Amino acid sequence: MKIGAIAGITFKEAKRDRILYLLFFFAALGIGGARVLAILTVGDRVKIIKDVGLASISLFGVLMAILIGTGLVYKEIDKKTIFTLLSKPLHRAEFILGKFLGLVLTLFVMTLFMSLIFLAIVYAHTLRVEGTLLVAVGYIFLELVLITAAAILFSSFSTPILSSLFAFAFYLIGHLSWGLELILKKMTPGAGRTLVRALYAVLPDLENFNFRTEVVHGLPIPPGIYFSSALYGVCYTAFILGLAVLVFRRRDFI
Amino acid sequence: MANAIRIDNLQKKFRLGFIPKTRQILKGITFSVSEGEIFGYLGPNGAGKTTTIKCLLDLIHPDAGTIEIFGRSHLSPRSRQTLGFLPENPYFYDYLTAAEFLAFTADLFGLDRVEKEERIARLLKLVGLERAAGLPLRKFSRGMLQRAGLAQALVNDPKLVILDEPLGGMDPIGRKEIRDIIVRFKDEGKTVFFTSHILQDIEMICDRVAIIVGGRIVKEGALRDLVSERVLFTEVTVSGLSPEAFRGLGESISARGDRVFLKVYDESKVDEVLELVHDQKGRLVSLSPRTETLEDIFIETVTRT
Repeated sequence: MKIGAIAGITFKEAKRDRILYLLFFFAALGIGGARVLAILTVGDRVKIIKDVGLASISLFGVLMAILIGTGLVYKEIDKKTIFTLLSKPLHRAEFILGKFLGLVLTLFVMTLFMSLIFLAIVYAHTLRVEGTLLVAVGYIFLELVLITAAAILFSSFSTPILSSLFAFAFYLIGHLSWGLELILKKMTPGAGRTLVRALYAVLPDLENFNFRTEVVHGLPIPPGIYFSSALYGVCYTAFILGLAVLVFRRRDFI
Repeated sequence: MANAIRIDNLQKKFRLGFIPKTRQILKGITFSVSEGEIFGYLGPNGAGKTTTIKCLLDLIHPDAGTIEIFGRSHLSPRSRQTLGFLPENPYFYDYLTAAEFLAFTADLFGLDRVEKEERIARLLKLVGLERAAGLPLRKFSRGMLQRAGLAQALVNDPKLVILDEPLGGMDPIGRKEIRDIIVRFKDEGKTVFFTSHILQDIEMICDRVAIIVGGRIVKEGALRDLVSERVLFTEVTVSGLSPEAFRGLGESISARGDRVFLKVYDESKVDEVLELVHDQKGRLVSLSPRTETLEDIFIETVTRT
């Protein structure tokens, strides 16, 4: 109930943010622009539309998660609405969870609209609804959920600008950390290997949610991968949210 | 009578600035507020009033000391179920209407729909915002926001109401209305703990006060014990006579038009002034003995400390 109330007010606040609509406009432009790009390309035009469309959903979804998520908690502290909220019988963990769920709901609605535009454009070219595309979109959404948790973590202790930088770094590291896995395979056992393994375990691996290539090119995906990627997403999000709650619980609101 | 609030040896220091400098804000605050009383918490700016309130509400973690609300630790969620809080210069979600905002705060207390609607209607009427219930809060004046803030503080029908500068930004009529509401709380058996810079208001409605200066409580007690009925001086206004006639009888003698104003510090000389007015065919316009006020006590205490 209380978490729902905070999530509801967060959703209301997020949907008033002009940045959201600006990003949605550019996302729609990106998805629609894929058609133009496809015309200029030699080869399978539909693949280009799918590839650029999914990339647009991912990129603009991440921008929405970071730019709105990093301001959410900070705004409550800066405008001092937090004093009224936390003086009620509301745990700080409930507040963080409510904020998180509110933004996840906003991103869900935005991803849904972007996906509808995307599917409509693909349908215009293939005259069929491709359900596998929704798998890729579903995992993009899982990635957005994780980035939202990270944005809220950073927002719970720093300013929006710093939080945005941290969250972008988190996103970049998340998409490059799979390189550590390659390094691990080539390293001989020892302290260095243990250190790299520990680093790889702590750092996010957002490539776990990237099924775009497989979906666009119709490559087979082992069913276990779907499950392990989803489980990874849920566990890592819970870990980041746990950290956010720990940081937020220790804060003084001066 | 049982304690609504009990604070014992509360201490808090902050590390502030780019090159952090430690500043002790609360230096061992101890006081208690009895159930059913109106308690005024006074102090100059930066004395630690708001920090005390924030510790009480667990918005700030104290370094040392204990805080109890109705005998329970202030950290217990149940203790917060029984209190209402109005922050200083309240700012709320300005895109919500007053009714929506109250519904949101009611949800944080888990009120059911029927109870919520009944209470919102009653509170909007209590604070005089029934006609503005559908207006977004961004269109509210400061005084109206203060009223909306007071309404949200009462949404759970609290036993303890904590008000941080509730009369700030209000016009005289608004101040009187809020004062009346606070007095009504007492009649309903609620405990009120509030800070204010407007000492006349505190003097009018408080049962007990504590004065905090530099993070320490320097005076605490029932208002009637702190403020004596001793006459400090008598203000006399006379017409039809010259100021020179009163030389030696009073101080701060001044004249405006045909009126003479003087302060008589020696009570025995008041009769002499009256005789002089009678003998020289003057006219006594007013005579008012000035007793000690809370403001005198406050200024004296703060200056001394």
